[in-house]
Amino acid sequence: MPPRQLTGARIRARRLDRGLRQSDLAKAVGISPSYLNLIEHNRRKIAGKLLNDLARALTIDPGALAEGPNTALIDVLRLAVADAPESEAELLNAAEFAGNFPGWAGLVANQARRIAQLEATVTGLTDRLTHDPQLATSLHQMISAVTSIRSTSSILLNDGSLDRDWQDRFHRNIYDDSVRLAESSRALADYFEGPEEVGTRRLSPQEEVARFLEENAPDPETQGIDAVLADAALSSAAAGLILRDWLLRGAEDAKALPMAHFEPAAREMTYDPVALARRFGTGLATVLRRLAALPRGAGHPLMGLAVCDAAGGLIHMRAAAGFALLHGGAACPLWPLYQVMSQPGRPLRAEVRLPGERAARFLCYAVAEPRGMTGLDERPVLEATMLVLPDAPNTGAAIVAGGPGCRICPRAGCTARREPSILIEG
Amino acid sequence: MAKRVLLIEDEPNIIEAISFILSRDGWTVHVHADGTTAMAKVCAQPPDLIILDVMLPGRSGFDILRDLRAESVTAELPVMMLTARGHAKDRELALRLGATQFMTKPFSNAEILANVRALVGS
Repeated sequence: MPPRQLTGARIRARRLDRGLRQSDLAKAVGISPSYLNLIEHNRRKIAGKLLNDLARALTIDPGALAEGPNTALIDVLRLAVADAPESEAELLNAAEFAGNFPGWAGLVANQARRIAQLEATVTGLTDRLTHDPQLATSLHQMISAVTSIRSTSSILLNDGSLDRDWQDRFHRNIYDDSVRLAESSRALADYFEGPEEVGTRRLSPQEEVARFLEENAPDPETQGIDAVLADAALSSAAAGLILRDWLLRGAEDAKALPMAHFEPAAREMTYDPVALARRFGTGLATVLRRLAALPRGAGHPLMGLAVCDAAGGLIHMRAAAGFALLHGGAACPLWPLYQVMSQPGRPLRAEVRLPGERAARFLCYAVAEPRGMTGLDERPVLEATMLVLPDAPNTGAAIVAGGPGCRICPRAGCTARREPSILIEG
Repeated sequence: MAKRVLLIEDEPNIIEAISFILSRDGWTVHVHADGTTAMAKVCAQPPDLIILDVMLPGRSGFDILRDLRAESVTAELPVMMLTARGHAKDRELALRLGATQFMTKPFSNAEILANVRALVGS
């Protein structure tokens, strides 16, 4: 059931919660009870004034009635079904479930994430036990020390004719082995201890940085990079390097496009990246990053941002209103972010429409540019940047029939599909 | 004449303990701690029994065992492998490569003595 049609179900649920009769609500907004009944059973779409009137009568925000379920939540629910094929969950009703029972859907999604985290932890620990040379060496040292102690102490215990020299020698050996055993034990304990607790998946450095940036929105134009890094208190040196790199880039962007000038220009030019790049004489990727960095709560549209390398590996991602790309190479290759890699320097604008009941639209601007200065006889290291505007006004941009990722995409007959979808039979 | 045992092991205290036990039991124990030169040692003067550790510097005990079985002069030598890794696959590999006996550390003195007596006596 499309997210918008769930408006009727929400109206009905809210009316019942308020203890209102259908006739009373219909009268309050000036429609017939029979028409209201059609609305509540999703046989009539409503919007605009009538939706606002109903929301007012039900003392609820109109957005809460019209808002579709969290698409990211639906994706997680679908992945949960994919990972548990023996379940009888009705895959195609994931959106309706999420819309009608958001709390329960959230619980299922959290449980699915938790299971995935635990499985990843177990797999990681198993791999470490099997393949880690440091672990293997420590274990070998421990067992060798124990073997020696056992044999030597058995000799001392059972051989009553042992002369003093041998006794001293074996006592010394036991002492040396016990020291070695203590050191090996300590090394193993240190090896297994650390910030990672059993059952909790530690975020990757990139995920940790993305979360920090989302929650804190540091401004390298006004904040010192070292101060931001110190406050970030990231769990690994790798995350610190990633954050530093991003902040340095942000500082360069701010130097090229100070927000005091850029922000009003962005409003004036209705956030057109190409027009802004021409106005300021800068590269398009810089403008895209700067648009995504516009201050929040200042009336700017919410924009998502994705940056990837030539292998499609996500370097940075800022999600926005239903836009998110799957990590690990699982994203849809039709997103402009990946398409621009084949034509470096050429900007691409496209409206990506997601399939089926989601019907989400994203206006995307993307460009691939070399990262840094390319030396003579060197191949450029390309980086693609994509700005995403959810539900932007129609601009006449080319429409791309994209998806959330092949595994959970219901789009049949897609030539870009690389693996079967759990949502398509056969 | 006392039976000769060649102990190929790099842990000094284990060497000392095993050597002491076997010597007390009447065996002549020779020791070699380096995996890379172990074959030369064996071929120079083949013992009656080889006690071979798996984890050695230079070459693993499995590689040495493979070479022992490839040489006619050592193909039938009794070989007792010692390892700190008790995985079933290690045991299977050792036996597949031709080990006569497989023991996991830590072991008891009585156990190793009994196995040595059984191997050389058989």
